[in-house]
Amino acid sequence: MHKRVTFRHPLLPYLLVLPQLAITFVFFLWPASQALYYSVLRQDPFGLKTKFVGLQNFERLFSDPTYLNSFDVTIVFSLSVTLSGMALGLLFAVMADRVVKGAATYKTLLIWPYAVAPAVAGVLWWFLFNPTIGILAYALRSLGYDWNHAVSGTDALILVIVASTWKQVSYNFLFFLAGLQAIPKSLIEAAAIDGAGPARRFWTIVFPLLSPTTFFLLVVNMVYAFFETFGVVHATTSGGPGQATTILVYKVFNDGFIGLNLGSSAAQSVILMVIVISLTMIQFRFIERRVQY
Amino acid sequence: MAEICMRGVRKRYGDTQVIHGIDVEIADGEFIVIVGPSGCGKSTLLRMVAGLETITEGEISIGGRVVNQLEPKERDIAMVFQNYALYPHMSVFDNMAYGLKIARTPKDEIRARVEEAAKLLELGGLLERKPRQLSGGQRQRVAMGRAIVRKPAVFLFDEPLSNLDAKLRVQMRLEIKQLQRKLGTTSLYVTHDQIEAMTLADRLVVMNQGRAEQIDTPMAVYSDPATTFVAGFIGSPAMNFLAGTVEADGHGLFLGGDARISDKGSDLSGLAGRAVTLGVRPEHLLAVGESEAEIRLGVELVETLGADTLAHGRPVGAAGTPLGDAALGGEAPGLITVRLPGLAPVREGERLPLRMAEGELHLFDPDSGRRIADV
Ligand SMILES: Nc1ncnc2c1ncn2[C@@H]1O[C@H](COP(=O)(O)OP(=O)(O)O)[C@@H](O)[C@H]1O
Ligand SMILES: [Mg+2]
Repeated sequence: MHKRVTFRHPLLPYLLVLPQLAITFVFFLWPASQALYYSVLRQDPFGLKTKFVGLQNFERLFSDPTYLNSFDVTIVFSLSVTLSGMALGLLFAVMADRVVKGAATYKTLLIWPYAVAPAVAGVLWWFLFNPTIGILAYALRSLGYDWNHAVSGTDALILVIVASTWKQVSYNFLFFLAGLQAIPKSLIEAAAIDGAGPARRFWTIVFPLLSPTTFFLLVVNMVYAFFETFGVVHATTSGGPGQATTILVYKVFNDGFIGLNLGSSAAQSVILMVIVISLTMIQFRFIERRVQY
Repeated sequence: MAEICMRGVRKRYGDTQVIHGIDVEIADGEFIVIVGPSGCGKSTLLRMVAGLETITEGEISIGGRVVNQLEPKERDIAMVFQNYALYPHMSVFDNMAYGLKIARTPKDEIRARVEEAAKLLELGGLLERKPRQLSGGQRQRVAMGRAIVRKPAVFLFDEPLSNLDAKLRVQMRLEIKQLQRKLGTTSLYVTHDQIEAMTLADRLVVMNQGRAEQIDTPMAVYSDPATTFVAGFIGSPAMNFLAGTVEADGHGLFLGGDARISDKGSDLSGLAGRAVTLGVRPEHLLAVGESEAEIRLGVELVETLGADTLAHGRPVGAAGTPLGDAALGGEAPGLITVRLPGLAPVREGERLPLRMAEGELHLFDPDSGRRIADV
């Protein structure tokens, strides 16, 4: 049933996909191959000599406690951002789906954070949680909690998680809302007649039917948490205090551009790339097998 | 088992009223069909019985219990939707068992009941399939199965056959009727298809613009339609309408020009001189020899259906002049239809001599559209 287009000139189809190929090459294949290339090299501190070291960069990384710590931080951070972002997005979508009056306003307001750049989102929350001038820090203090993300690693991690989640909730909200609205109302009504209450209808009918959306968002949110949150960390905690908020992508930047250890930085980005590619592949295979109904 | 009673049921969406007061008593085990054109409020009425829409005014009771404030699940009903509304991620078995599981029915009993329903509906080998692996007719049966396993007091159907092809529709129609007979469950069935309505119903509720125009058995609705709307809606092809005046002798109707029509089976003397709308079904206009003819049809179009032939055209007087003149205040009448048995040798352009079948005259008030009773 595929529709085949016939082109008059044999070169035309290649010409048409050329821009896309060029973009993929310039922004992905070329940098990726550069990273691969540098990951097996080592430069001396003055950048005068470069030599081939094989997999040594990788070996060093996996015996480096700060790198392994960064792994742990990234796992906690990504899972928190993904799960809380998706849970909130779903919650708001379910509520928006029920609202009749003022639904448009409500939706518009919920979409706004998505238009904010990650770094700006970070700064915004940094101000809100600022121990001296932040209103949220003030509120926490009056509740008896002495918030200080400049000193406490946990507070700092929570800050970057909150800022990163806040920005992503809109995106999740939009997709979940579209998913909810695609579920025929009669299914919910049939379940109501079958005797299911609202909570049961949600967990046995709505949630399973949203699973394609959920899995898609899982991939997108993991990738977001791994890469795009760089701006949030950079603008607020700079990976600190200590290494408490140094997620993998921030460490790539920090070791490469601040520490100027290009070989190690390149090796780290290769590892990141492998992680994301395998995550995506596992999840998409899973989607194809299980999520269809 | 339950009877249903509606008293002065109304529905408003904001300022627009869509149901204007329905009163009907449905006996236990009765099969009631609500029929009417699209948009007349059939689904809305059914959904109010189901508890999916609030009741703006009036009262609905099921089994003697007023259900206005009850949730759907507390009403002891089951519903079959037009698009079936099967849970796409569940197997046929789970679709049917869903309501029973919620009611905490023991596992053995769930299995027994689902299997019994599957046998009844010939779904035996399909219990492990997903809805998407079923044909339209099979999906329809699963939807029915889901309704019957719960043994509800009332079945509600909202155009359950509309998504099937014509042949399957006829077959499923019979199956639904047989099933309802066997189970004896009170049923409320919505359709816009008057043939479906006539064949299924113990009694019909003919609806038009949010009002029940007539509530009666299919035969009574067909033979004594209460309004011109009902007369035109029930029966296919539709009843023909002509403007006329009752003549002084009480047996004839003056149709304008040189045309009159008479019915020796009726006594119209009480109506002498009154302007009426005359209704006559296509099968009650008989083709006769020129000497017996009362009116003639200027045939414009012939449809050959095999079992019978439909001739469409405009009625003309003896001299060929069109009916309807200024004296009657009417313009020339529209097309009328005559149903002739078998492959009648009638041709387009021909003038077909016709006579009324005896005792088949319907008279309506031209202003209110209501039946004039004493014919
Ligand atoms: N939720 C609603 N809001 C406003 N008007 C509605 C709503 N649902 C139905 N209506 C109106 O009520 C009328 C009856 O609808 P419905 O009961 O679905 O008709 P039917 O089933 O006979 O085709 C229609 O004019 C429709 O536009
Ligand atoms: Mg309807």
